[in-house]
Amino acid sequence: MNKNPLKQNLKSASSFLKDYEASPQPDLDTTKGIILYLEGINVSFDSFKAINELNLYIKQGELRCIIGPNGAGKTTMMDVITGKTKPQSGTAWFGQKLNLLTMDEPQIAQAGIGRKFQKPTVFEALTVNDNLMIANAGKKTVWHTLRHQVNQIEQEQIEEILLLIGLMEMRNESAAILSHGQKQWLELGMLLMQKPQLLLVDEPVAGMTTQEMDKTAELLNSLAGKHTLVVVEHDMDFVRQIAKTVSVLHQGSILAEGNMEQVQNNPKVIEVYLGQSTTGRNVNVA
Amino acid sequence: MLTKYFNQDNGRYVLFCLTLLVIYLVMANLFFPTNSLFYVGNQTIILVSKYLCYALLALSVDLVWGYLGILSLGHGAFFALGGYMMGMYLSVQGENGSTTLPEFASFINWQNLPWYWMGADNFLSTLLLVMLIPGLVAFIFGYMTFRSRVSGVYLSIITQALTFALMLAFQRNEMGFGGDNGLTNFKYLLGFSITSNGMRVMLLLITLIVVVISYLICYQLIKSKLGKVIIAIRDAEARVRFVGYRVENVKLAVFTFSAVLAGIAGALYVPQVGIITPIEFLPLNSIEIVVWVAVGGRATLYGAIVGAFLVNYCKSLFTVWFPDEWLFALGLLFVLVTLFLPKGIVGLLKLTHSKKPQLKPQEASL
Repeated sequence: MNKNPLKQNLKSASSFLKDYEASPQPDLDTTKGIILYLEGINVSFDSFKAINELNLYIKQGELRCIIGPNGAGKTTMMDVITGKTKPQSGTAWFGQKLNLLTMDEPQIAQAGIGRKFQKPTVFEALTVNDNLMIANAGKKTVWHTLRHQVNQIEQEQIEEILLLIGLMEMRNESAAILSHGQKQWLELGMLLMQKPQLLLVDEPVAGMTTQEMDKTAELLNSLAGKHTLVVVEHDMDFVRQIAKTVSVLHQGSILAEGNMEQVQNNPKVIEVYLGQSTTGRNVNVA
Repeated sequence: MLTKYFNQDNGRYVLFCLTLLVIYLVMANLFFPTNSLFYVGNQTIILVSKYLCYALLALSVDLVWGYLGILSLGHGAFFALGGYMMGMYLSVQGENGSTTLPEFASFINWQNLPWYWMGADNFLSTLLLVMLIPGLVAFIFGYMTFRSRVSGVYLSIITQALTFALMLAFQRNEMGFGGDNGLTNFKYLLGFSITSNGMRVMLLLITLIVVVISYLICYQLIKSKLGKVIIAIRDAEARVRFVGYRVENVKLAVFTFSAVLAGIAGALYVPQVGIITPIEFLPLNSIEIVVWVAVGGRATLYGAIVGAFLVNYCKSLFTVWFPDEWLFALGLLFVLVTLFLPKGIVGLLKLTHSKKPQLKPQEASL
């Protein structure tokens, strides 16, 4: 393949992205400019402390990368934000008004927090088109869902997303036959259909080629600003491509925060990643 | 044109065949003399009608098991509850629309029926109760289990316990449902004799119509957006929550609706077989329904209908030829289907049927 259709798709869809607004949330109050507050969060599983006095503030519209070695608590942190895990102590606020700890998963999702999982989870028995259709924002009660008819506007939105994620050709195929990378993109597409204010993206480029990775970086960069993104990723090259602010998570709390260069040269970070102190040398963390 | 319409979905084809079968039976029963070669006796009418009731029951199980992924081993309970509601109505029917005391009440010297027999003397309220009572039991049961996120094999075991508990309760004479003997000796339905030829034929036609309508409703449900969410819940329940759907509410609604269908099936069944006893609550019955669906092919709706007919037809033959071996045959059938036909019999048909050139999936665009 000498031409990459994804690139074309992305170009043709970029105009659409400009108009692409997160759906307004009446209860979301971000007048202080901070969209997510995590303060003093503690989560332990039996005796293992997965999250330890974690403090994290995410500004509205920023793209924050979270890195950290395995077992640092990255996924657990996302579980806390999305309501899957309740912390033993601490507070979590979405904007000024919404207390995440009193809400369950569907409430949090409807309030405007979308999540892409580490292992891409799409609904394999449904077609690509239907995966996007059921993810679409809107009332999600049983009655509304039963009575729902896909209208022109919604179909156009679905097609725009299909174009964006490069799955237009596969729209009527079942999601089960997609490759790993395509599933990643489909899940990103589903996330976009939800029109969330805050996107939590867990390892978006696992299983992708370098080319696909570049496109993903482009997509995530273009989303920042209108949306707020928190991206967890192991691939340092990818993080370097998108990151403005990087937080390093280690043993359940924030070890360092700053831009990529500051973080890379932070002796504590180097020690965590390499297991020994190598001060004085500029070590590539990756 | 017509064939094209039916080819769109195998289910319509199955319904079409069923309708033809029923029309043939009715014609043969009404218009041929009893000594004719083509005459179809009342026994056959009742048999096919019974199969149709089972088909409706299988349909309701396919909805919760095949699509929603809840392996309910207690749908026989909802079937029996619907049956009891109808049985209560039938057992108080006297001559010319009058009401009498059911037989069992005189055995245990009851002059009056307990309060919960209220509504059993009226046909319309009975029709309502037939749907309401199984639906209500399913709603309360579902509310408690789905809220606490009980699922998988634990839920299956609890549904078995539900039907077993109901069986024990209905076996007690003091409950006022006729105890072990159940309710029987029905004579009149809406003032007409229940054993008359015309009534048999009428009940067969009504059962067919109810099965067809129920199938079409289920089909629309599955094709709706909710149907896609139902399938999504089956495959990745946790993920659906993060999309923003209340999984518990969807499960509760579908489970309750399915129980209502099972109740209707039971209510159609009782006037035709003429008896309802606590044996209908037997946990084994509920497991058998699951076998029908598995044999027919789950998550297709029409597969459940095919399975119910096929397995019960085999049962009718087997229990005549080798009465003691039937359960072994059923077990063997289940094992063979699970091993060699994971998509059931309709899955086999689909395989041989879809020789038409499929659109080659476009090369992945990445």
